[in-house]
Amino acid sequence: MNLKDKSVILHDMSLRDGMHAKRHQISLAQMVDIATGLDAAGMPLIEVTHGDGLGGASLNYGFPAHGDEEYLSAVIPKMQQAKVSALLLPGIGTVDHLRMAKDLGVSTIRVATHCTEADVSEQHIGLSAKLGLDTVGFLMMAHMVSAEKLLEQAKLMEAYGANCIYCTDSAGYMLPDEVSHKIGLLRSELGSQTEIGFHGHHNLAMGVANSLAAIEAGAKRIDGSVAGLGAGAGNTPLEVLVAVLERMGARHGIDLYKIMDVAEDLVVPMMDQPIRVDRDALTLGYAGVYSSFLLFAKRAEARHGVSARDILVELGKRGTVGGQEDMIEDLALDMANQGKLSRP
Amino acid sequence: MSQKIKAAIIGPGNIGTDLLYKALRSEHIEPVLMIGVDPDSEGLKRAAALGLQVCAEGVNGALAQVRQLGIQIAFDATSAYAHKANCELLNPLGVTMVDLTPAAIGPFCIPPVNLDRLNPAELDNVNMVTCGGQATIPMVAAVSQVQKVSYGEIIATVSSRSVGPGTRQNIDEFTRTTASAVESVGGADQGKAIIIINPAEPPLIMRDTVHCLCADTPDQQAITQSVLTMLEKVQAYVPGYRLKNGPVFDGNKVSIYLEVEGRGDFLPHYAGNLDIMTAAGLHTAELIAQYKQG
Repeated sequence: MNLKDKSVILHDMSLRDGMHAKRHQISLAQMVDIATGLDAAGMPLIEVTHGDGLGGASLNYGFPAHGDEEYLSAVIPKMQQAKVSALLLPGIGTVDHLRMAKDLGVSTIRVATHCTEADVSEQHIGLSAKLGLDTVGFLMMAHMVSAEKLLEQAKLMEAYGANCIYCTDSAGYMLPDEVSHKIGLLRSELGSQTEIGFHGHHNLAMGVANSLAAIEAGAKRIDGSVAGLGAGAGNTPLEVLVAVLERMGARHGIDLYKIMDVAEDLVVPMMDQPIRVDRDALTLGYAGVYSSFLLFAKRAEARHGVSARDILVELGKRGTVGGQEDMIEDLALDMANQGKLSRP
Repeated sequence: MSQKIKAAIIGPGNIGTDLLYKALRSEHIEPVLMIGVDPDSEGLKRAAALGLQVCAEGVNGALAQVRQLGIQIAFDATSAYAHKANCELLNPLGVTMVDLTPAAIGPFCIPPVNLDRLNPAELDNVNMVTCGGQATIPMVAAVSQVQKVSYGEIIATVSSRSVGPGTRQNIDEFTRTTASAVESVGGADQGKAIIIINPAEPPLIMRDTVHCLCADTPDQQAITQSVLTMLEKVQAYVPGYRLKNGPVFDGNKVSIYLEVEGRGDFLPHYAGNLDIMTAAGLHTAELIAQYKQG
């Protein structure tokens, strides 16, 4: 694989996807410290939002330590060169949240829908583009559809005004060939001015390999997370990706030692649990299940004595999509009532 | 028994047609006119075949028929935008509007919670909130009728096939309207609503989760009883309304897990979200009709 002189924009997820792994409890000081470290390392774009996007504060997904407004207000003024993005899932957040984020100075709004439901994003993508923001359409759980279906949905988002479209492997299920095929089709069929992005999860330990496949197939933006801090087995670990890109001669603009230090000195010490491919995270990738279900399934196991793996496999069978965290407790109660207890 | 009250349905789409099927069984409502805008629409043809008069020129073109037929209630299954104009045309003719759009010109109505508090004599417009609101607000109210609810949150998960273009183009309207009614009708100090659209095949039956944070320790026995009583009230007009799990108590949090299966009149069984809207709309109209019947 030859990525020499290919130019890549890396986008850090540790302060948004990482919120899942921290049950949305990252402190303002931690946010600012990590963002400042990433800024100094040359990270061009950093996402700061509740794990489930703007307006995600809820009983369903978890109340955060602070609101989106507080986090954004704390981080954005401290940035020297990095820009800050915010995620928005229509059905959870609204255009009111979008306007708030714009007023606080975010450069980028990423509007996320399930990979078949792009048409719920028209009002949000339209407004973001109208406000002059860098506007990204983020198609989640992209492993659940064909490349052709993904393209059809991407074209909708492009028509609404998105200048960048993501193929999002929310379940960490994809293998490199699939990434190549999907990104390749998006690259060849979307407008040449539209950028393509890839967001990986590391549930099958494919985060780095998939990201490389995406770059080779034409992706310009790659999401990852410093020390992998993110849902499931985490996102593509950025410091690892940077080292690999460095060896391959790709242009990424990041200072490798500085990002290694942010990972080791700031992010790893604040982890509540190791971010690794444990049995349940592996099940997410194997069964194609939304990565942020991981801790909910573990909690349901502890509460109801039903195995988290069994819960996750069943959620995969039922075609559950991102945001359906409430299904986990409901399903665990059903399984417990049916006597499917796997623990004494 | 007294004569049925004559009604018109505006919007011969899926919702309007399902409503028509239900209204044909009503003891208090007689649907006599279907109003659309497309003469070739399947919905108008279907209504004509069922013996209704039809008008393909919108409400503006139907005013003579409305007068001549003596219509007193009109169901609006169009859009929030169209509803405003329809209302302005029909209210002066003495027609009460049952609004199934998110326009929310009239007061919100969740039948088992506040229908008896709405005064039919003064009512010229009543709004049916949203599908998620109809499915969940009864349960928020069931808890708040027992003790103070400082925060109510609902999550509605619906099949992709059951969500029409109108909802998709303005999904914020769903979250805002529903959250607002969780507060004003459900009785929560603060409300939040989330909608999830799932494309699984075969389509999933509508699922709803209700979380309430009580101000004080929940009275488990009284809340459970209140939830079961409310369940029966909703089941009276939506037989497929089921309590799947709960109420589950966790500290001050009360969680209720629901499933809404449609009756399958015109819409498929999985579309409980649409069924509960048409059923609630008809149920509301029947109570208004009983008042008009005297």
